[in-house]
Amino acid sequence: MPTSYTELYFPVLLQTFIAMAVAGGMLGASYVLGKRVRNRVKDMPYECGIPPVGSARERFSVKFYLVAMVFILFDIEVVFLYPWAVVYRELGLFAFAEMALFLALILCGYFYIWKKGALDWPAQEAGELARPEPARQDAA
Amino acid sequence: MDFITLSVVKAVILAAVLMTTLAYLQWVERKVIAHIQLRMGPSRVGPHGLLQPLADVIKLLTKEDLIPPHVNRFLYILAPFLAVTLALMSFAVVPFGPEIEIFGVRTPVQLTDLNIGLLFLLAISSVSVYGVALAGWASNSKYSLLGGLRSSAQMISYELPMAVALASALLLSNTLSLREIVDTQQGYYLGVIPKWNIFRLPFPQILSFVVFLICAFAETNRLPFDLPEAENELVAGFHTEYSSMKFAAFFMAEYANMITGCALATILFLGGWHPLWPAEWGAHLVPAAVFFLAGAIAFYHGAHPARPRDRRTLPIVAVVFWMLAVLFLLPEVRAALAPLFWFAAKTGLLLFCFIWVRGTLPRFRYDQLMRFTWKFLFPVAMANLMATGLVVALFPDVS
Repeated sequence: MPTSYTELYFPVLLQTFIAMAVAGGMLGASYVLGKRVRNRVKDMPYECGIPPVGSARERFSVKFYLVAMVFILFDIEVVFLYPWAVVYRELGLFAFAEMALFLALILCGYFYIWKKGALDWPAQEAGELARPEPARQDAA
Repeated sequence: MDFITLSVVKAVILAAVLMTTLAYLQWVERKVIAHIQLRMGPSRVGPHGLLQPLADVIKLLTKEDLIPPHVNRFLYILAPFLAVTLALMSFAVVPFGPEIEIFGVRTPVQLTDLNIGLLFLLAISSVSVYGVALAGWASNSKYSLLGGLRSSAQMISYELPMAVALASALLLSNTLSLREIVDTQQGYYLGVIPKWNIFRLPFPQILSFVVFLICAFAETNRLPFDLPEAENELVAGFHTEYSSMKFAAFFMAEYANMITGCALATILFLGGWHPLWPAEWGAHLVPAAVFFLAGAIAFYHGAHPARPRDRRTLPIVAVVFWMLAVLFLLPEVRAALAPLFWFAAKTGLLLFCFIWVRGTLPRFRYDQLMRFTWKFLFPVAMANLMATGLVVALFPDVS
């Protein structure tokens, strides 16, 4: 059995090289083998066959930033769960109480952002709000 | 054999097996989806379309490798490269079986058993978001951008409940090494019920298994969570502007991630390579029985062919299956291959569920998708974690 760090991590390095070789080989082979015919229309960004309107480098919904930020907060919390879970049986109820306290604080933040509406995604985009709500089918 | 040679041999074998599996998973998926929809599926290239993956590779390789002038060249090429590299890298730590002896060499069926194997897998899966996000942004097309944004938001959102669900399983196993996690699930309750983490006392992890599986669907952008490539609104999402092998690279990464996800579910919740019931009850005969039955079914359909060609092809399939059955009856071969059989069977069953769901369920709407993970899956996973924690703390000696 490998014991030293070098021996443990050498296969990871090896697998990385193999993976890079496979990926590079695939993309390289198609670059070499494929023939090229270029024209002006083919070089345009695809927009369902009509001439593209405007640029793709426009502003997009701030929601995505919000999700990323909230994710980072909670992901750090989750990272703490792993070492906790590994030593859990040794620490017993003490570990449970500690983590319950920590999670209670985190959950305060969670319900705060929930109430603030950071987790809500509008079913309709702002431009479509004028359209009437479709009639609900669930009579029961 | 010294350590480096052994590692290289294992890595090369793994790469070969993996590439074949990836190619044929595509074939299996197309066949299964076709049969769900009462179609034939690929059937022209080779018997039963078995050479279809090969034909696909040749076709994709010789297609035009288009790099549109409006893209960010470096990132545009980096994105598929990154996606495939990361997807294949994660297999370095996945254990496929216990220590086996083959040609006089004793070695575990795993490249390396890191003591932080699970964290390594999670880290790789987090970095995989970059492949999709970069592809969407670098393409400089509206559909790609929207697809990439949606996809990255979805992947990071579903990572949270997934990580919490894994942590609850860890409360029972108490180690991050994937091999040790499997080892802790050895044995049976009352001599029959396996001590897998989904049945494990004091708190069976059925709920976190379901949460993990749902998140695995979302992480791999599969239906019903394939919003990033929702064909009818986003053309193809983040890979709209890609062609040739660069286009296929994303699919390869998706399939590789699917296999990793199913293997991880097998390792953490389904007891890895431990059989479903003990050897005294005949678990060691299951592989032979399964292959014999498969051969019998193939033979029956060869005798009553749906198409004239089946009269020739299906008996050959039957003979191959029966030879495998005989192989699994030999004690030496069985000792080495039975664990691999169980691991492959569990992973394969989960993979089949992935395909089955794709053939059955419609797509979510994006707001439903985000609400589902943040307001339902995450609290459920958290509640399950705390309940597991409480029960394990109260009954630390039950296992």
